[in-house]
Amino acid sequence: MQVSANRAGNPGRKLLRFTRRINPDRVYAILMILPSVILLAIFVYGFIGQTLWWSLTDWAGLEKNAEKNYIKLDNYKTLFSDITGMRFRQELVNTFFFTLFFVGGCLILGFILAVVLDQNVKGEGLFRTVFLFPMALSFAVTGTIWRWLLNPGGGINALPKMLGADAWNYRWINNRSPYTFNWHEVPLTTTLLIIAVLLFFIFRQIWRRKYLATIYLGVPMALLFLWMWSDWVSWDDTQAMHGTFNWQDVPRYVVAVIVIGFVLYMVSLLWHGKRRAALILGIPTAVVLLWYAAGGTDNFPNVEFPEAYGFNIALVGVIIAAVWQMSGYTMAMYLAGIRGVPEELREAARVDGCSEWQVYMRIVLPMLRPITLSAAIVLGHISLKIFDLIFAMAGIDHWPVSVPGVQVYYTMFRSNKFAVGSAIAIVLLIMVASVVIPYLITSLRAEHEL
Amino acid sequence: MSVFTWIILGLLVGSLGTYLLFSDRGRNPDHGALIGGIAGAVGSLVLLIPLWIYVYVQGKQPVYELPKDRPPLSGKHLTRMALYAFLILMMLVYLLPVYTVVVTSLKTPKEAGKLAKVWDLPTEINWKSYETALDELGPQLKNSFILTISATIISAVMGSMNGYVLAKWKFPGANIIFPLMLFGMFIPYQSILIPLFQFVQDIDLGGTIYGLIIAHVVYGLPITTLIFRNYYAEVPTEMLEAGAIDGAGFFGIYRWIVFPLSLPGFVVVIIWQFTQIWNEFLFAVTLTDQSSQPITVALALLAGGEAVNWNLPMAGAVLAALPTLVVYIVLGRYFIRGLLAGSVKG
Repeated sequence: MQVSANRAGNPGRKLLRFTRRINPDRVYAILMILPSVILLAIFVYGFIGQTLWWSLTDWAGLEKNAEKNYIKLDNYKTLFSDITGMRFRQELVNTFFFTLFFVGGCLILGFILAVVLDQNVKGEGLFRTVFLFPMALSFAVTGTIWRWLLNPGGGINALPKMLGADAWNYRWINNRSPYTFNWHEVPLTTTLLIIAVLLFFIFRQIWRRKYLATIYLGVPMALLFLWMWSDWVSWDDTQAMHGTFNWQDVPRYVVAVIVIGFVLYMVSLLWHGKRRAALILGIPTAVVLLWYAAGGTDNFPNVEFPEAYGFNIALVGVIIAAVWQMSGYTMAMYLAGIRGVPEELREAARVDGCSEWQVYMRIVLPMLRPITLSAAIVLGHISLKIFDLIFAMAGIDHWPVSVPGVQVYYTMFRSNKFAVGSAIAIVLLIMVASVVIPYLITSLRAEHEL
Repeated sequence: MSVFTWIILGLLVGSLGTYLLFSDRGRNPDHGALIGGIAGAVGSLVLLIPLWIYVYVQGKQPVYELPKDRPPLSGKHLTRMALYAFLILMMLVYLLPVYTVVVTSLKTPKEAGKLAKVWDLPTEINWKSYETALDELGPQLKNSFILTISATIISAVMGSMNGYVLAKWKFPGANIIFPLMLFGMFIPYQSILIPLFQFVQDIDLGGTIYGLIIAHVVYGLPITTLIFRNYYAEVPTEMLEAGAIDGAGFFGIYRWIVFPLSLPGFVVVIIWQFTQIWNEFLFAVTLTDQSSQPITVALALLAGGEAVNWNLPMAGAVLAALPTLVVYIVLGRYFIRGLLAGSVKG
């Protein structure tokens, strides 16, 4: 996605010079754009304001002019801490995992397809068309099709029968259990192998004297080791499943992620000799740490009893359908980007002894970073607010694959709890805005600086 | 005759055919279908042929240019074989759902119900699924066409005007207004759903297609404005200044210089809006009732029922997907351009 105007040559930044003086034409210009501006002001910002206000009231029920009492943030408190908000919390977790795997899957698959198609392939147009055509379908159609394909009795499950094998028995979206695991069940050798591979990556970075990369790679990996290890040691057969987490710990996780991210960024700043910037960044980090140490997170309303959440296996089916539909989009973006890399640059790398693989990983991929970013933003905001795919695949009342976008509809139009629905919608808006606004600002600023 | 006369003529004849097709079905189905079909076909041809030629001539430059001096890559035979094997495998995976949909839609309800034999070809081809699906989804298909065509045209025209103003005319606050407008295309529409619902009820358009058209026009404005603004930004300002020296004003410059240049831009925007509005779901499911809902909603409800003959929703899925699919296959180049230049609405 490209928010800013084309930069090549860029004759467009120059505006009509004769418009400086006041003349009827300028008035016409403003008059012509005014209707759209007013419409968007009302339909976007006015309506958001209304939703925000309603989310702070106790409006429930059908009648339009019902009495609405201001009840402060009670609706939000209910969502995040009351027992009735459990479905919403489940959905937040679902959205997190769905976004993670959907965006990641689309980016990786799209990149692979683009690289393969870039190899001077015969019939490239045909392949491109095939990979991209699901983009032209609606999520409702995709959902209907995949609902049929993921039918436990047939569809994908019956595929092995074609080859003479037994049919699968996998329950796809009808599955109701979260993904759990036990390291003891994973054979000891496999676990050790995973650890060895992780260690190998760290040591390779050290060997190459890329100490900054070692730290970046090492800290998350060390945490991963610790988690695996503690999970191993503390395993108790009688206990609940592993691989899920307790909602009561969520504030702690959030603080940990913020602090670790800040510290890693500080390290990289120090590494590049930017002491003052690191110092400035250190202040908020210390504040967050102090605030946490002083028990700041206890002030947040939290659930009374432990609630375990994890990755729902049912989501796998939805993720497959979504990746099937949208990976063509990333392929198209990447392919256009790859074709935009000057051939001389690749040639120079080849002369310097890069293999074809290294050319892609070292030259092309870094140049595609802006494309990766914008594709991730576009896909991310789609997946955060997704509604139609889930509606068509599983209906609006199938908890294991439900997301906030679906529950807004359910709360509003099935349970008539308009105030609670508004609160969920506002949470959704905040999530999307926190992804999109920084992106919009940076890309438009980059355009003005030209 | 100019292209525009052709387009208007084609639209008129084509819509007459569509109208006959739907209005006469009740009384004398064969008669109505025949006349409507012929008129519609002629109209579409009149409309499409000039447009097609124009689009073909204009759109020669490909989106993906392969550098001519690219050396033949990794010439090893085995690698090439693996490459093609991978591509063909992936192609099969992507086409797998299409196969099932088509095959299932052509089965009899009884045969479609045999879950274990999903992948088998139908023993006898049953076109009846399409007939039934057309009977059940026909009105909604019509709604979809009315909705999509009107909302697309209105939002494209308004977007073109906005783009022209934002790209070429300086006015105070434009740098603030533009991002604020753009944000409108990223918001989750759930967050404006109830106010919109109430607004549509208040102006007595609840449960009709017109409320939905208004919603799609307004929320389509950011993306059309964005595409046109970026498109017009590449038109040299000197050209417009020359027009101004010749005495053209705001509208004159638009009519004689900007608009004639912007037909490819219109193609990109119209294709984009057409697919987006056709495929949209959330507004459609909240703002309409059964008589005015577009086909996507009807399809999801048809497939979501308890006892389903699966050949029916599959035929419905084909019907719902066909218009956008045809647009994509015929005008794919512009579709991709819209994808790259504009954005994706979710």
